[in-house]
Amino acid sequence: MGNPCAVIGVGQTAYKTKRLDVSIAGLLREAARRALDDAGLTWKDIDAVVVGKAPDLFEGVIMPEAYLADALGAAGKPLVRVHTAGSVGGSTAIVAASLVQSGVHDRVLTVAWEKQSESNATWALTVNSPFTTSLVVGAGGYFAPHIRAYMRRSGAPDHIGQLVAVKDRQNALKNPYAHLKIPGISREMVESTPMLWEPIRYLETCPSSDGACAMVLASEDAAKAAPGRPAWVHGTAMRSEPITFAGRDSVSPQAGKDCAADVYRQAGITDPRAELDCAEVYVPFSWYEPMWLENLGFCGEGEGWKLTEAGATALDGDIPWNPSGGVLSSNPIGASGMIRFAEAALQVRGQAGEHQVDGARRALGHAYGGGAQFYAMWVVGSDRP
Amino acid sequence: MSRDIAVVAFAQTEHEGEDGGRLEVEILAPVITEIKERTGLKRFGFTCSGSCDYLQGAPFSFVSALDAVGAWPPISESHVEMDGAWALYEAWIKMQCGEIDTALVYGFGKSSQGTLRTIMTQHYDPYYLAPLGVDQVSLAALQARAYMDRTGVKEDDLRAIAARSRAAGRDNPFALHLPDPEEGADYDVAPLRPHDIAPITDGAAAIVLAAGDKARELCERPAWIRGIDHRVEPHSPGARDLTRSESTRLAGERAGATGIEVAELHAQFSHEELILREALGLGDDVPVNPSGGPLSANPLMAAGLIRIGEAAARVQDGTASRALAHASAGPCLQQNLVCVLSGENHG
Repeated sequence: MGNPCAVIGVGQTAYKTKRLDVSIAGLLREAARRALDDAGLTWKDIDAVVVGKAPDLFEGVIMPEAYLADALGAAGKPLVRVHTAGSVGGSTAIVAASLVQSGVHDRVLTVAWEKQSESNATWALTVNSPFTTSLVVGAGGYFAPHIRAYMRRSGAPDHIGQLVAVKDRQNALKNPYAHLKIPGISREMVESTPMLWEPIRYLETCPSSDGACAMVLASEDAAKAAPGRPAWVHGTAMRSEPITFAGRDSVSPQAGKDCAADVYRQAGITDPRAELDCAEVYVPFSWYEPMWLENLGFCGEGEGWKLTEAGATALDGDIPWNPSGGVLSSNPIGASGMIRFAEAALQVRGQAGEHQVDGARRALGHAYGGGAQFYAMWVVGSDRP
Repeated sequence: MSRDIAVVAFAQTEHEGEDGGRLEVEILAPVITEIKERTGLKRFGFTCSGSCDYLQGAPFSFVSALDAVGAWPPISESHVEMDGAWALYEAWIKMQCGEIDTALVYGFGKSSQGTLRTIMTQHYDPYYLAPLGVDQVSLAALQARAYMDRTGVKEDDLRAIAARSRAAGRDNPFALHLPDPEEGADYDVAPLRPHDIAPITDGAAAIVLAAGDKARELCERPAWIRGIDHRVEPHSPGARDLTRSESTRLAGERAGATGIEVAELHAQFSHEELILREALGLGDDVPVNPSGGPLSANPLMAAGLIRIGEAAARVQDGTASRALAHASAGPCLQQNLVCVLSGENHG
């Protein structure tokens, strides 16, 4: 894993359907500036910048980081652009961490973002090359059959997804940056919304958001000089597998299991439910909470929905999942993974405000993308590893 | 820090100047197969690639590439929306962290699939530059004119660079085989003529990196990476001196670009070679682009990585003991990477 690395600054924008008040550059600067302020640094203290976002078709700008170099104070510095589909926010943080762990840099600024209001992500995701036919519309069209398969496989009752939809939105009410804030959110409210992709109802899916999330990652010496408590990186991992082949388990993909095993090994974790204090996990459709509970080893196969139903993943449960409100409450796609990673860091720094999990010392950040085939995860802790 | 990492294998396609009827993944697959056979490796500690969705006109061009790689069981993998040279940088960084001894890096692009010059206008500042409709050749022409005004270089000097590059390309089985530049050819955008502009090219390339003894085990003469660095400049062509490449100079300095015997430069326009030579302090005695360079074959998203592969090949075949590779991105050389390679005893 190389040299120690810590998160010393976190910055987020308000997540909204349309941020018409800022340009793309303005949106990124808002997050980056807040991360720098949190770290007690200025632009000139930064050695390198790592930017991540999902497909360029979402805003219609090809490799937009070229244009963003000025706004991110990157002139004269190394600038890297990561793109690994929906997992990109996580992968971007991991690449930034590796710049510190390798000993090459001391202070790295990383920013992930999406300005979905510039176009329409559902249709941008539906375009296929001229030689292949797209069989689905948007991400929901792709994932709905997998959810159906999970329900059949696990025997989960139909209402589990609604529980997650309610729980994450209740958490969002405690997060000042969250996009969806629905006072009085209830199962009845979720059930009354239209069916989009059977069995996913409108309120069981994530919103389209504009937003950016930034972090400053630092070497041990730089972390010692930081004004706030650092969140130490205890492990990072990425895994990928092909989108389709005979025999692939696309409900609980092997790449997710392998990625979790790798990051737990680095962090010395053998029982994630017992040894982690909370988790920020990429759940863009409500049912992905029970599915990932199993895939990430928080319980046995077929048991995930029981944890959700028992309230184990609620803010007052034994293993809170998505205390921030998660992707279900804010989804600037390219940033969504980094928000998970950053929220995990906020928890172990004790800076999560109203949605703080009491005494959180170790947390998991998780992101996935593509056809549930790209994974990025990290474990952060309040203690130096 | 600084683990010794070397290029131990390099493979590329026989690049094509027009649509050969293959998908990006079909272009890439033989290269991956070849490099696996050459190294005898089927699995790598890390894999990283570079590509651009807009070339395919659809999101996630790197998803289907995983089919070419054979990512099963699942692999530790990442992707940059940049030239493969930056994928190599990410892999090098990953290897510096320890734990892994090998990495597979690749880049691919099928530029012939659309109207590249029009498509790439969307690469610019969406508020102030892209709406002007300016394309990469027009911007390069502005740069060329400014450079010629400063230095007194003439159009014939540019043509000589194109002629040398094309002649070298005709000796390279992987490059396009282009004729000598025509005298008196019409301008494309003055002062640039068609031969001053890198050709539309489809292609892919892959490199395997290995650390320390693993590199020596996999390769008789590993090309050791002695330094690698990259820097970016402000985007707007009006915000920098277009006649110089400050980011190249800085990257070269940090990568230790001294004592260079041969260089592969990612010059996509003839005048860029001169700007880069100056920035890197390469004298007239240093041969540049013996492969023919981008003016003979410029598969987008792979062309920078190919420069590293070609420079490594010069070290491996004993032509040079110390070689330099350069990759570029953004309008008018906005972002530049420099990699210095050498043989065993030339640290």
